[in-house]
Amino acid sequence: MSVLVDKADLSLKYTAHYNQVKEQLFEGSSEVLNAQRNKAFQNFVMQGIPTRKNENYKYTNLNQAFLPNFEFVHKKDEKETDLSEVFRCDVPQLNTNLALVFNGWFHKDTNEKGDLPKGVILDSLASISKERPELLEKYASLAKTDEDPLVALNTAYAKDGFFIYVPKNTIVESPIQIINLLQSEKDTFSTQRNFILIEEGAKVQVLLCDHTLNLKKYLSNSVTEIFAGNNAEVEFYTLQNQHNGATNLNSVFIEQQRDSRVTTHTVSLHGGLVRNNLKFILNGENAEANLYGMSFMDKKQHVDNFTQVIHAKPHCESNQVYKNVLDDTSSGAFSGQIHVVRDAQKTNAFQRNNNLLLTDNANMQTKPQLIIDADDVKCSHGATVGQIDEEALFYLRARGIDEDKARLMMMNAFAHEVVKEIKLEALRDRIDELVDKRLQGEVARCHDCAYNCDC
Amino acid sequence: MEEQDKILNDVTQADYKYGFVTDIETDIIEKGLNEDVVRLISAKKEEPEFMLNFRLDAFKKWQKMKMPDWAYLKIPPIDLQEISYYAAPKQGPKYESMDEVDPELIDTFNKLGIPLDEQKVLAGVAVDIVMDSVSVKTTFKETLAEKGIIFCSFSDAVAEHPELIKKYLGKVVPVADNYFSALNSAVFSDGSFCYIPKGVRCPMELSTYFRINAANTGQFERTLIIADDDSYVSYLEGCTAPMRDENQLHAAVVEIITMDRAEVKYSTVQNWYPGNKDGVGGIYNFVTKRGICRGESSKISWTQVETGSAITWKYPSCILMGDNSVGEFNSVAVTNNYQQADTGSKMIHIGKNTKSTIISKGISAGKSENSYRGLVKVMPKATGSRNFSQCDSLLLNDTCGAHTFPYIEVGNKSSVVEHEATTSKIGEDQIFYCNQRGIDTEKAIGMIVNGYAKEVLNKLPMEFAVEAQKLLQISLEGSVG
Repeated sequence: MSVLVDKADLSLKYTAHYNQVKEQLFEGSSEVLNAQRNKAFQNFVMQGIPTRKNENYKYTNLNQAFLPNFEFVHKKDEKETDLSEVFRCDVPQLNTNLALVFNGWFHKDTNEKGDLPKGVILDSLASISKERPELLEKYASLAKTDEDPLVALNTAYAKDGFFIYVPKNTIVESPIQIINLLQSEKDTFSTQRNFILIEEGAKVQVLLCDHTLNLKKYLSNSVTEIFAGNNAEVEFYTLQNQHNGATNLNSVFIEQQRDSRVTTHTVSLHGGLVRNNLKFILNGENAEANLYGMSFMDKKQHVDNFTQVIHAKPHCESNQVYKNVLDDTSSGAFSGQIHVVRDAQKTNAFQRNNNLLLTDNANMQTKPQLIIDADDVKCSHGATVGQIDEEALFYLRARGIDEDKARLMMMNAFAHEVVKEIKLEALRDRIDELVDKRLQGEVARCHDCAYNCDC
Repeated sequence: MEEQDKILNDVTQADYKYGFVTDIETDIIEKGLNEDVVRLISAKKEEPEFMLNFRLDAFKKWQKMKMPDWAYLKIPPIDLQEISYYAAPKQGPKYESMDEVDPELIDTFNKLGIPLDEQKVLAGVAVDIVMDSVSVKTTFKETLAEKGIIFCSFSDAVAEHPELIKKYLGKVVPVADNYFSALNSAVFSDGSFCYIPKGVRCPMELSTYFRINAANTGQFERTLIIADDDSYVSYLEGCTAPMRDENQLHAAVVEIITMDRAEVKYSTVQNWYPGNKDGVGGIYNFVTKRGICRGESSKISWTQVETGSAITWKYPSCILMGDNSVGEFNSVAVTNNYQQADTGSKMIHIGKNTKSTIISKGISAGKSENSYRGLVKVMPKATGSRNFSQCDSLLLNDTCGAHTFPYIEVGNKSSVVEHEATTSKIGEDQIFYCNQRGIDTEKAIGMIVNGYAKEVLNKLPMEFAVEAQKLLQISLEGSVG
């Protein structure tokens, strides 16, 4: 019973806070954002903070994460801190159009001279939603507040985040990189709302890096909606590297039109509690979705990847490969759903989840699901949990490679299957390097990080 | 293509052969469910006090429970007050020989092809017949008794072996395990009981045959199988019901306990009335089946062929407690017309070096929904455990659905768990290949489906395999073979 009471109390705290800062939330925000706020809040009140009784959150206990007395950041910190001094990109040799999101608020780096083609917008959601509301017609149409309480909470609190718009037939050559930083003197609850609109025939690569800059407790609840038009091509990379006391709740919703191609990579290198919701809706024929994910967890970390791919139209293809390496007392969860809607014939949908457990105290829970309502489809899913193939290990040892090294090689190979799908070369090399370090037991933080956080 | 469609359409028109009603006098109590009914059932069966308490405890717990709604099923509301909880063929106290059995009843079972008559039995199967949840007749009881095997109706077991019942009843499936098991524990009327003593290999297949006959009744039976050290038994279960327009509820509980090195093989051919082709009528089959491998190196294997029932909700499970114990689950589930099935298995690995295998083959046709739902859980202490699961679905047209919901939870590094699932339809190339070799489309589909299910059918005991194969043909062909 105590759990139930806690849960009610916890949710109460967040609902009370909403009522308290309501005016502040509405004030200065665009109509687009404000229009959804009250409805979203009501949906959150109805659902509360998800407990493990919620089938979608069965393997992730959020109670602890929501417990601290967080400071909320409902106002932009206008102090001009030179953030590029605080933090340097940890992917060297990568030429990007850089932007920063600081505690959920978008900061444009004035020193950075990007090479964005004409018409492409990389700006804050708060200002664009005021200046160009027509671009945000579909705001909150994918991220439905009645389906997920975290999305509801985000929509209720949302004030800012990044906004990307790529007009018709425009190709963005250098990737757009967004760095999410969390830094505060107090434990902080950050809400970030992002919106990406890619029009017909456009092409873009987006790299998202999540970081914490000190050891305060953080909870980041972010929602991203991505719309890919006909024949658009989008690559969306997420690199998560936060400290052990941070909670990263990350929901991404993607809608694809005809002939579009979207690839997502979610690399969780570090983080106390990481929950990635990823939902694809293939809403046009011949669309292709690729979902790759990888995590390396140790200590008491927890990672939960929750994916849904909805095949709403025929002739689409989706591929999912998720891999986890779990050390110490870490735990991992994967839940992937492929839903082939009636008459979405000639669908090809594949899903794979492989997990390596390195200790007896680590555990993995996986829940691959198929819901198939059309007959002319090829769908499969596979999941494995285990350790390194002893025979392969023996093969290497028989060739004079010592056991530790052989093990490392095998683990590297295990991870590389996902890493090799990264198309940004500099990023791929960097992640290879990070993975290698991680597997050798070194701290995975980026060596350029100004803070020597002991994460 | 057109011809193929026609054949697939024919699939939906196959008839249910066991839909007749036997005109037999039945002792039936008033509809409704309350504490008095529970007491009345217990009184009618002249049960000892501990059984009554067991029932009342279950009833109390059940009252606090809610009907589960997590399954991928659309279950119309069931009014449990509209059901009569006890219906028994009127009979003398107990039959001693075949001559005393109501000829109507013998006729019924002859129609079903069930050997009641011991003289004519060729197969050497001992049968316990449960009609409207009361055990009617157990054959070969004496032959088995010579070996020390107890095989009798549940009521007899309560009367004659109360110590065994007391010790094992409700130990594998606790009364409050779920909504339907609690309901069953409160109102079950009869069932089968089987005890295989140490070191005995049961010389014949044991079989229970369930038949619902009376209208407006539910069938609530209970099976308890205990296999002592080093013993072996193969147990079969079959079931049919008359065709009626209203839905009838069947909520059974099966418990299996195996001791050191014992093995139980439990096979089911489930052929309850599935409803007509518009989805009217049919049995709701909500069954809890669970076995526990208590001893080391013991083994439980579930094999099921599910072709009947309007709605099936069934997860035969194994708790692998003893070190080196083995659990197996093999299933073919066929759904047609408006049938719905949510079935699968749970394998809980507790002992070291435990192994389990799940093979599930779903075949959906018509407007049916067929789901696999399963759990493989490896506890942290179950080191060196191994599981392999394979769930394949075959879709025969574009109006049915096939779904897979596996749950995998692994708590240590030395265990290996693998799961794979595929969903597809019969390939046009496969049919073309057969056509090319002079096999018509109709036969080709039959062959492909049979080949697809073979892996599981092979696990069934001989006589059952033949029956299952026939059933598959009835359900899926309309014209094949």
